[in-house]
Amino acid sequence: MAAEGKTIDALSQFELTHAFGPIGAAVNFTQSNAHMLAACVVIVALMAWGMAPRAVVPGRFQALAETFYEFVENLVAGQVGHEGKRYFPFVFALFMFVLFGNVIGLLPFAFTYTSHIAVTFGLAFLVFLVTTVVALALHGKKFFGYFFPEGAPLWLAPIIVPVEVVSYLSRPISLSVRLFANMVAGHVLLKVFATFVVLLGGLGFIGPVIAVLPLSVNVLLVGFELLVAFLQAYVFAILTSIYLHDAVHLH
Amino acid sequence: MKSATTKATRLGLAALAMTAVSTAAMAAEGGMPQLDFGNPLMLAQVVWLLIIFGVFYYVLSSIVLPKAAAVLDERRSRIEGDLEAARAAKAEADAALVAHQAATAKARAESQAAIATAGAAAQADAAARTAALNAKLNEQIAAAEARINTARDAAMGALREVATDTTNALVQRLTGLRNEAAVSSAVERALAAQGKA
Repeated sequence: MAAEGKTIDALSQFELTHAFGPIGAAVNFTQSNAHMLAACVVIVALMAWGMAPRAVVPGRFQALAETFYEFVENLVAGQVGHEGKRYFPFVFALFMFVLFGNVIGLLPFAFTYTSHIAVTFGLAFLVFLVTTVVALALHGKKFFGYFFPEGAPLWLAPIIVPVEVVSYLSRPISLSVRLFANMVAGHVLLKVFATFVVLLGGLGFIGPVIAVLPLSVNVLLVGFELLVAFLQAYVFAILTSIYLHDAVHLH
Repeated sequence: MKSATTKATRLGLAALAMTAVSTAAMAAEGGMPQLDFGNPLMLAQVVWLLIIFGVFYYVLSSIVLPKAAAVLDERRSRIEGDLEAARAAKAEADAALVAHQAATAKARAESQAAIATAGAAAQADAAARTAALNAKLNEQIAAAEARINTARDAAMGALREVATDTTNALVQRLTGLRNEAAVSSAVERALAAQGKA
């Protein structure tokens, strides 16, 4: 598909199309959303059926579900502290949604919804909204003291306050662009090298021999992308936790 | 040969043309599909994202995660309970050991006390018996001494009588005189001189 017309087309993989036939088209349900749905179903199935045996000594799936649960629980507890328990489901949902989006996107023919800036920004803006609402709900007007650290000389306020405000407002941007850029870069690289395999493979006798090189690169890249998939989900979750910590403790 | 080259050139030209066309198409679309915000599917994608993520969050936070938490809590409390039971059993064993040691010590102390009491009682008994015997012996000694004294007194009384009578008889045989008063005082003096009065 990428090699059609003998050109490297690494970007068409990110194009949105309708999913679920005419019904999906009627409500503009994209294949991106279909993958989100699939990821959510897989996560809920893992967590619900995995924990269903309620075994004291867990089996494989229960151990996996518990590993995810305790990983995020420790992350939230470590960053936000004891008060973080309330926000655990939110961070857990974000982490799993991003992680499974990244990993499912690595499967052949799958779409990576985390490679869309609209999606990552939507999630990051959600985090921004939640943290701001939490901070306002917990601290009221005191929240605005966050933009001017206590003890700083007053004459620095004209510099510090704009810097703090800009850094606060840029959080959703950095959060979303980081994930988006990582996923896009990875998938473009995979596609480019996959196209090399096809293009080089068509070069007569020597072609298939040379084509092994980009193929092996792609094998390595898939492993690397798995690492990135996990790492970016972790980064997204830990930054969310850090923002929540700031919202809860205000410093 | 020539035709093959021409073919290859044509193919290459075609490829170039296709590339140019697709690049032009991309440029028209605005490059990356992710940045094509004019696409109505973009907004639809975000709206569906919010719906799906909202439902996902609701399902996780209200159904799935509480169950998982219950399982983990149950395990934690069970382990805690088992540890607690083990701790209680250990405390019980320790208490039993202490009680046993205390009982042993108490029994030892009691037996030693009993031994001491019995020894003291025996000693007291022996002392009392000794005292009684001593008292009895002292009494007998005193009685015997009294008897001896009586006998001696009687003997002493008899000695004066015998001495007076003998002296009277001697004085009468020798001198023919009889002066009982003088003899009696002389005997008295002699007895006094010998310390036997």
